[in-house]
Amino acid sequence: MTNHWVDIRNANLILSMGGNSAEAHPVGFRWVTEAIEHNNAELITIDPRYTRTGAVAQDKAFIRTGTDITFLGGLISYLIETNQIQREYVVNYTDASLLVREDFGFEDGLFTGYDPERRAYTDKSSWMYQVGDDGYALRDTSLTNPRCVYQMMRAHYSRYTPELVSSVSGVPVGDIQRIWRKIAATSVPDRTMTILYALGWTQHSIGSQIIRTAAMVQLLLGNMGMPGGGVNALRGHSNIQGLTDLGLLSQLLPGYMSLANASEQDYRPYIDKRAKQPLLPDEVSYWKNYEKFHVSLMKAWFGDAASEANNWCYNWLPKLERPLYDVLDTFERMSKGEINGYFCQGFNPLASFPNRAKVTAALSKLKYLVIMDPLNTETREFWHNVGEYNDVDSSQIQTEVISLPTCCFAEDDGSIVNSARWLQWHWVAAPPPGEARPDTQIMADLFLRVRRLYEQEGGVFPDPIVNLTWDYKQPAKPSAEELAKEYNGRALVDLTDDQGNVTRRAGEQLASFSELTADGRTEAGCWIFTGCYSEEGNLMARRDNSDPYGIGQSLGWAWAWPANRRILYNRASADTEGNPWGANKALVWWSSEQGRWIGADIPDFPAQSPPSAGLGPFIMQPTGGGNFFGGQSMVDGPFPEHYEPFESPVGQNLLHPNNPLARNNPAARIFAGDREALGSWEEFPHAATTYRLTEHFHFWTKHAKLNAIVQPEQFVEIGTALADEIGVSKGDRVRVSSRRGSIYAVAVVTRRLRPLRIGDRDVHHVGIPLHWGFTGVAKKGYLVNALTPFVGDANTQTPEYKSFIVKVEKA
Amino acid sequence: MTVNVTRRQFFKLGAAGAATSSMAMMGFAPESAEASVRRFKLTHTKETRNNCTYCSVGCGVLIYSLGSGGENAHQEVMHIEGDPDHPVSRGSLCPKGSGLLDFVRSDGRLEYPQVREPGSSEWTRVTWDDALNRIARYIKDDRDANFVQRNAQGQTVNHWTTTGFLAASGSSNEAGYITHKVVRNLGMVAFDNQARV
Ligand code: SF4
Repeated sequence: MTNHWVDIRNANLILSMGGNSAEAHPVGFRWVTEAIEHNNAELITIDPRYTRTGAVAQDKAFIRTGTDITFLGGLISYLIETNQIQREYVVNYTDASLLVREDFGFEDGLFTGYDPERRAYTDKSSWMYQVGDDGYALRDTSLTNPRCVYQMMRAHYSRYTPELVSSVSGVPVGDIQRIWRKIAATSVPDRTMTILYALGWTQHSIGSQIIRTAAMVQLLLGNMGMPGGGVNALRGHSNIQGLTDLGLLSQLLPGYMSLANASEQDYRPYIDKRAKQPLLPDEVSYWKNYEKFHVSLMKAWFGDAASEANNWCYNWLPKLERPLYDVLDTFERMSKGEINGYFCQGFNPLASFPNRAKVTAALSKLKYLVIMDPLNTETREFWHNVGEYNDVDSSQIQTEVISLPTCCFAEDDGSIVNSARWLQWHWVAAPPPGEARPDTQIMADLFLRVRRLYEQEGGVFPDPIVNLTWDYKQPAKPSAEELAKEYNGRALVDLTDDQGNVTRRAGEQLASFSELTADGRTEAGCWIFTGCYSEEGNLMARRDNSDPYGIGQSLGWAWAWPANRRILYNRASADTEGNPWGANKALVWWSSEQGRWIGADIPDFPAQSPPSAGLGPFIMQPTGGGNFFGGQSMVDGPFPEHYEPFESPVGQNLLHPNNPLARNNPAARIFAGDREALGSWEEFPHAATTYRLTEHFHFWTKHAKLNAIVQPEQFVEIGTALADEIGVSKGDRVRVSSRRGSIYAVAVVTRRLRPLRIGDRDVHHVGIPLHWGFTGVAKKGYLVNALTPFVGDANTQTPEYKSFIVKVEKA
Repeated sequence: MTVNVTRRQFFKLGAAGAATSSMAMMGFAPESAEASVRRFKLTHTKETRNNCTYCSVGCGVLIYSLGSGGENAHQEVMHIEGDPDHPVSRGSLCPKGSGLLDFVRSDGRLEYPQVREPGSSEWTRVTWDDALNRIARYIKDDRDANFVQRNAQGQTVNHWTTTGFLAASGSSNEAGYITHKVVRNLGMVAFDNQARV
């Protein structure tokens, strides 16, 4: 979230799209109802289904799954053409005025630089601003130059008329126009819309671009950095934010730093590429400090072994030969026998990854599989025959499975990061059952055993293993405090200021990432967390819930990254003079008496830089502004464009009916076998989407009696019209099938799902809740990923679980 | 009876819209009602602060466990409820969080290291030493056999692609940090957590 849960109460309008927070984040959703009841706010939902969120919304529309970019792209066009934008904000706080290179273009669904053979944009050189001789971007603050981002964006979305949006998305024109009008009303400086989304936006082959479109809308309306504004990802697991922050993803290092590609053989260019310099004069461009964060990480990991002489162990870090070694890539390789060992720590891929048949086949090719989990997951039992629910022949599966029992939340100390970036500390309440152990201890013990083997036997490239810092009091049982202090970071020698005064003694914990240095004098395992465990103590454990400004900013509760800041880009909540855009939207502002920024949040800005200096509020961006133009940051284009899901219930992309290359996301990767396993809409005519229910959490709570009792049996939801068509009444069993497999479930026949008119035909949606499986205390059910396609978002490879096609019939 | 009266008063006040905060209107229970129940049920328990382990709202919970926590005293979680001080959840839990106790005490909890041998249809219990030594050996052998120092183009890559790791986004930052530290420095690149899906 750019903002936070409690801040939702400051919104004037709440757009819930690509998520169903009343169902999936129920307690967070209370802040939506608080805004409705006490801030006179309106809630609008846009969803394929009539959801629990929609049930309390003042306005709603039903949309065909996977077509959100048409609705939002049309909205961008509407805002521009009707001049309902926050102009002062757009001109001063975004890249709208910057000029785009003359050789950049977009034609028939494809941006410049596409290679159809490789299904990728292999030449992105034109996806850039025009740069002058001084190295700075050219701009036209009148926003009239046809090459300025604003006019380019205007031209790009001029195709997204209400009629076209309606014919693709199935939302009637009247609904579209009514909702656009309401959203446009937040373009005034003192009204804000917040956008809440979840996996309903990420799990598409165009997922990242859906979210970019939302951010563009919010920039046009001046809603970023504002109380009650922002683009708010409502994340899934309790610490999925933390594990992302800590970089546990194939291409990342902690704190959103990234591993080198194989082509980046030298240290200096690796740093220079990531240490983004300002693109406009004097801008902060905070990533220019990249080397300080990187070297501090290397010191945390390798201690004295990391020195300037060896480029801080640059060669010890693995380098990437593919863009991503994501899970789809990994299971593709596993299915070909290219992976020997696999570890699942609190992760249930048999249930969670697409095309279950492929996942089973892949796991069966492993030599060994290690499970670390508090619960008996389906993956742990993937070799076990459970009749129709897991129809395998154990004797034919040669994978050795080693299962290690772990603690659950009630049995370990530590912190987790909620969706609002708050690091909250928790304490052990009781010991775990049997011999279960905390994950920290298992990883430490395992590492020490591996290191011992390398010390005793030698082996290939032992350097990063035998030199890894391991100064824990009990090496096989590092405490949560020791690890937290390590990722926070400390001074390795006395730190001094320009005058030579000591600002931090050697060994002291750091209070801020601004103390980090690029010369090896500091260590920090995750720079964005620096400050959470300072000399003041463990700030994540703080429990002061006071809210001195009365706008829901409890800065004394736990600790939020970065720098305990609760609303990102909050400098943008004040105008160019440094005053709040509205009395009711005051968050941080410039105090000329004190000569610094003050207010209800930690300013996301150089504290003493006056408004007259004119720095942009988006300090991580080289331009200082929010970006409408994505530049080279995305693999599938600088402006979001609608493409059909890989499995779509309509035959063509109505935006580009004559270009088959632009039917689906042209830059999305799909493996040959998986393309063959895609169905056609003639054979599988129903649009399907998977989701979760309020009573369950993924595949965990079917192990908990209370949850299993309240929601015991697998079902699918179909609309009354579809039920009539296929002769099913409520409670009947139905078979749902795709090209990849089928499941059986009880049919819930409901008016909550309605057919949508797409082109000349009615498209029915099928709702498939995902919580059942073959372990646990709920009734056994089918893993719904028997159905889903093995293709992901072009940028993140998040699987397309929200849009695929099936056939529903009476069982 | 005390409880009923207090609750009724609470709803009356709520309906009148007077003297109650907006939080009470949202259904957060009044403190007096909480307190009068807890005094009986939770005497002699230890109270520990924690957070719900499910979604990323991160609701505050109070865990009550029996047993002193001393060397030989067995401790057991016997009650979990919302933390009324928490600025987001203010004592509330949703239907998922309300079942946390049954998750902690689930029959599905794993208690011992076990191994399923190739081709077998059953589990065998092993010791932690056996299990970890086995895994350490597999790691070393596979890494030594397949670690790539230079690729076909002669570029230094120093990576190990034949073993992969999925990390748990239900685990703590400290677990995540040490997992990253170990996994990356073995040279692994096929490394993800639930954020990928
Ligand atoms: S109680 Fe419900 S809303 Fe709160 S963190 Fe748990 S799952 Fe999320």
